[in-house]
Amino acid sequence: MLASLGLILLCQLIGEAVARGLGLPLPGPVLGLLLLLILLMTRDRFTLLARGPLRNDGVETASKGLLAHLSLLFVPAGVGVVQKLDLHASHGIAITLVLALSVVVTLLATVLTFRLVSRLLRQQDAR
Amino acid sequence: MKDNPFSLWVYLSQSPLLWLTVTLLVYATTDAVSLATRRHPLCNPVLHAVWIIGAFLLLTGTSYTTYFAGAQFVHFLLGPATVALAVPLYENRKRVVASIVPMLVALIVGSVAAVVSVVLLAELAGLPRDVVLSLAPKSVTAGVAMGIAESLHADPSLAAVAVILTGIMGAIIVTPLMNRTGITDYRARGFAAGLAAHGIGTARAFQVDEIAGVFSGIAMSLNALVTSFLVPVAVTLLVR
Repeated sequence: MLASLGLILLCQLIGEAVARGLGLPLPGPVLGLLLLLILLMTRDRFTLLARGPLRNDGVETASKGLLAHLSLLFVPAGVGVVQKLDLHASHGIAITLVLALSVVVTLLATVLTFRLVSRLLRQQDAR
Repeated sequence: MKDNPFSLWVYLSQSPLLWLTVTLLVYATTDAVSLATRRHPLCNPVLHAVWIIGAFLLLTGTSYTTYFAGAQFVHFLLGPATVALAVPLYENRKRVVASIVPMLVALIVGSVAAVVSVVLLAELAGLPRDVVLSLAPKSVTAGVAMGIAESLHADPSLAAVAVILTGIMGAIIVTPLMNRTGITDYRARGFAAGLAAHGIGTARAFQVDEIAGVFSGIAMSLNALVTSFLVPVAVTLLVR
């Protein structure tokens, strides 16, 4: 468990270092995600890597534990919004409406495109 | 302690322990309510935990800085949790690879829709220029959005507010909206949730379906990349 958490933190640390060092417009943790994914896939090829947290579902169990309460992790930042509401009160209603409409547009555009393209591909395969 | 009944409060309210405990207990309660209502969208645990804790801080006159000294331990885990998304992605990699084309097209269309719709609507609503710029990156995680806002000389704290509001509203709207469209493909539904509402949408997606969560996590990660390139371009084209 401890080694698995250590491995997750190490992936994030390397991700942050690379993102900062190279000035990439990508968050460090996303690079860390890629790194852990590559590690897991190379482990399947080379059994030599399957030790410590990469063995017996070690890092898998630790990751699922972290993800089980993903919602909780947004609470501290969310409370910051409540505290700043008065700061933007002059445009508060307009901003909220704009964001609500935009999130609906974004959700629909994304989901419809995804469905349309996967249906077109399936038709092509059928032919 | 006896000479001043407030001294205990003064001590506790300054220690990280109190606010960490409050954060965990309030969330545990709102999460239990959410579970009891079978994850009803309006019982979103983040939404209710946020206003209850916010009201508590207001009533006790506690500053956000003091609160954050305790809550930061929870906040810190956002980074490791993002890395941990690699595991469900790894376990479902075959389905992900099989969906790569619809994902990439939906990513481009969705990212453009997110940025263009918010900029046009904000201009239509007559919001001032610096507000429009701060709202533009609202569909990506707070850290990236604040970076984009900063590079545009907009207000990073307003950008963070827009991100959180978008996330919470997206997480509430997504299930009823998708049910209404009649789309039952959890790959598409999850991908839309993560693209439009970043991590809060992804947290919601994982509550609904594991496949939805996996695709949501991918959309969130990819959108962070696309949006950082897209916002500066969209802003020069669309903002007067």
